Amino acid sequence: MELPNIIGAGLIVIGAGYGLGKIGSSAMDAIARQPEAAGKIQTAMIIIGALLEGLAFGALILGK
Amino acid sequence: MVTLKKSLNLLAAVIFTASSVFSYAQTNAQNLEKSIEETEQSVAETLEAAEEANHEHPIVEKTQAQKVQDHITHHLADDYSFVFFSDEAEGKNYGFSLPVILIDNGLKVFMSSEFDYGKKVVEKDGQFYKLYHGKIYKTDAAGTIDYDDTHHPTNEKPLDFSITKNVASLLFTTALIFVMFLGLAKTYKNGANNLPKGFARALEPMVLYVRDEMAIPNIGKDKYRKFMPYLLSVFFLIFLLNLLGLTPLGFNVTGSISVTACLAIFTFIITQFSANKDYWKHIFWMPGVPVPMKIMLAPIEILGALIKPFSLMVRLFANITAGHSVVFGLIAIIFVMKEALGTGGAIGIGFFLSTFLVFLEILVAFLQAFIFTMLSSLFIGMAVAEHEHDEAHH
Repeated sequence: MELPNIIGAGLIVIGAGYGLGKIGSSAMDAIARQPEAAGKIQTAMIIIGALLEGLAFGALILGK
Repeated sequence: MVTLKKSLNLLAAVIFTASSVFSYAQTNAQNLEKSIEETEQSVAETLEAAEEANHEHPIVEKTQAQKVQDHITHHLADDYSFVFFSDEAEGKNYGFSLPVILIDNGLKVFMSSEFDYGKKVVEKDGQFYKLYHGKIYKTDAAGTIDYDDTHHPTNEKPLDFSITKNVASLLFTTALIFVMFLGLAKTYKNGANNLPKGFARALEPMVLYVRDEMAIPNIGKDKYRKFMPYLLSVFFLIFLLNLLGLTPLGFNVTGSISVTACLAIFTFIITQFSANKDYWKHIFWMPGVPVPMKIMLAPIEILGALIKPFSLMVRLFANITAGHSVVFGLIAIIFVMKEALGTGGAIGIGFFLSTFLVFLEILVAFLQAFIFTMLSSLFIGMAVAEHEHDEAHH
């Protein structure tokens, strides 16, 4: 791998990590406020996490 | 995590525990086996050097890390035979070969054992074939391979319809699913409220899970029935392939991009062909926005429809490939760190770390099957959704 690719991969991981952290923290807040809706919130959280992950993996593979 | 029904929770726990125990036991045995092989390393290296010369490669002694890397790339790629383990010292591979089917001036069928793992040139009806780095090329009698500037072979390739490792694994898993679900299907034939017997009783909660957690909320109560066969097939196929990929059978089917691409194309086709008028209207002529905006949104929406299956494909492929490489990498600690930690310590650390990673991979196996099915049903649901006729939304 070339140096720019390595830096790009690092940036992608930083961005994906930040995004996942945001999703997780918001979901935690939401569950704390409405524990009875935990199931729905978790499902939505996983879907958004998967979309984010798909984007990150796509960028990593295309950038390789 | 997903909230599971209690019965499913129990079932999942049982399945996961059983499969992992099988996997660990084998990993451990393999590790020990390999560590014994290590003692015969010097013999192996000379033999390998001789083999390398045979392959017209420059003779370079490979370091332990390079060998590990070669092994991982080899595992991630498709193959013409199943190799469970190989004896480097004697140059022997233990496994079984699979049929090679070529279409090249007529149908040519032979077993891949005739290639002897790339060492021999096979002659069929006056045409010579050679297996080189996992691909079959047409050659002359001596098996000469020509290269271009970047060291890629320029020989012609025949049309290849072989039963490769991935194809065989896929057929095996499909047969397994068929046998598993035959009992469940029979119960419902006798009456919708019958209680399934035996193993089928364990499968019913998972079928209900797919229906109640994925199909009904995303597609809607009136329309979900038509899509259940596809969603169930894709869920159980991916789940089973992912789990079998963690056993030492060496399956890497969901980590092959052509397989995931095929599954994603199925979802794409089903989505497009079941879409209603509203869906197409929202793509080509978005209601409720000014005309210049409508023109700008159309290409974006078309691109969006294509990116959805693309992301499905890449997500599954990348997750499973990454998982397999990391498990292999951690097992490889045993060989790479042998000098630094001593054989016992290296085996201990490698085994300890890979055990935890395999646990994580079992979670990923379920999660990826769940996500693929969930997103498929979400996309289908978006295509079949009935919109109330207020054109102001969106």
